[in-house]
Amino acid sequence: MSQLRPEVSADDHSVGPVDAPITLVEFGDYECPHCGRAYPVVKQLQATLGDSLRFVFRNFPLSEIHPHASAAAQAAEAAGESGSDPFWAMHDLLYEHQRHLDTHSLLRYAETAGADPVAVQHALDAGSYVERVNTDFMSGVRSGVNGTPTFFINGVRYNGDWSDVETFLADLTAARTSP
Amino acid sequence: MTALPILMPGTPAPDFRLRATPDQWIELSDLGGAPAILAFYPADWSPVCGDQMALYNEVLPIFRQHGAQLVGISVDGAWSHAAFAAARNLHFPLLADFEPKGAVANAYGCYHTAEGTSGRALFVIDGNGIIQWSHLSPDGVNPGANGILDALESLKARTV
Repeated sequence: MSQLRPEVSADDHSVGPVDAPITLVEFGDYECPHCGRAYPVVKQLQATLGDSLRFVFRNFPLSEIHPHASAAAQAAEAAGESGSDPFWAMHDLLYEHQRHLDTHSLLRYAETAGADPVAVQHALDAGSYVERVNTDFMSGVRSGVNGTPTFFINGVRYNGDWSDVETFLADLTAARTSP
Repeated sequence: MTALPILMPGTPAPDFRLRATPDQWIELSDLGGAPAILAFYPADWSPVCGDQMALYNEVLPIFRQHGAQLVGISVDGAWSHAAFAAARNLHFPLLADFEPKGAVANAYGCYHTAEGTSGRALFVIDGNGIIQWSHLSPDGVNPGANGILDALESLKARTV
């Protein structure tokens, strides 16, 4: 059984209560079409489970097959410098525009997300978030991530069918920690 | 399907000589006395983007930090491997266990006779040619890279 390492911490990007009975972690790649399919599924889970769910996103860009994935991940991290809301707005915009992840588009999304596009541009040029993205990637490798997306429910790798909302929801509910 | 009898730690790794490209051969001894990682897999062209070989391609720099050499092995021919490696931008050799078909997989105990393909078996072999770690995943389950990294780290801890 593959366990999340390191565990979720304050360094992670998360939405939902810290003490929610269900913590769902996604290792994702903004250019991966499967992650693109998972994006509305996660939205639906969040809408259904409300405050019972804490959702965490870690970067797992497969740069050799997805040439824009690493820059997109860095741009989201850079947008996160302006706050949690810009990070998540950027995360959503990237998944909603997976086919347009060139630098110009990334900066446009950053602006829409409420981040400072100039700062994001500087961060991309300087590679300021390369290490952060790599730290996420290595945590995925050490946790047994074997492709994207890979989900962990309360720290345990989910091997079920994430593409089916009903199945995913039932498995999440079953994993709920007792209050 | 019964579990395959893969070779266990402590066993000398069977030598092999397989085509890496249509005009190049690789032997186990070519991997250089450093740790070798053999990743047997069922087939080229599996239809997911985050597949096992793509993942190892991304983790390759970390394997190399351990001085380890990675090869992928399947029963696909050298021309299929060449096209697959080019399409996925793979930076490590794929060996063709093609003729006699599956002979090397068979020697390592990971050949599915009924399927005519290799199982998803992983072996970490030390510089003396001894298997130090092995693992078999169900065909449908990509084993990830964490087991290999744990094995390389414990190998390093023992040799220091």
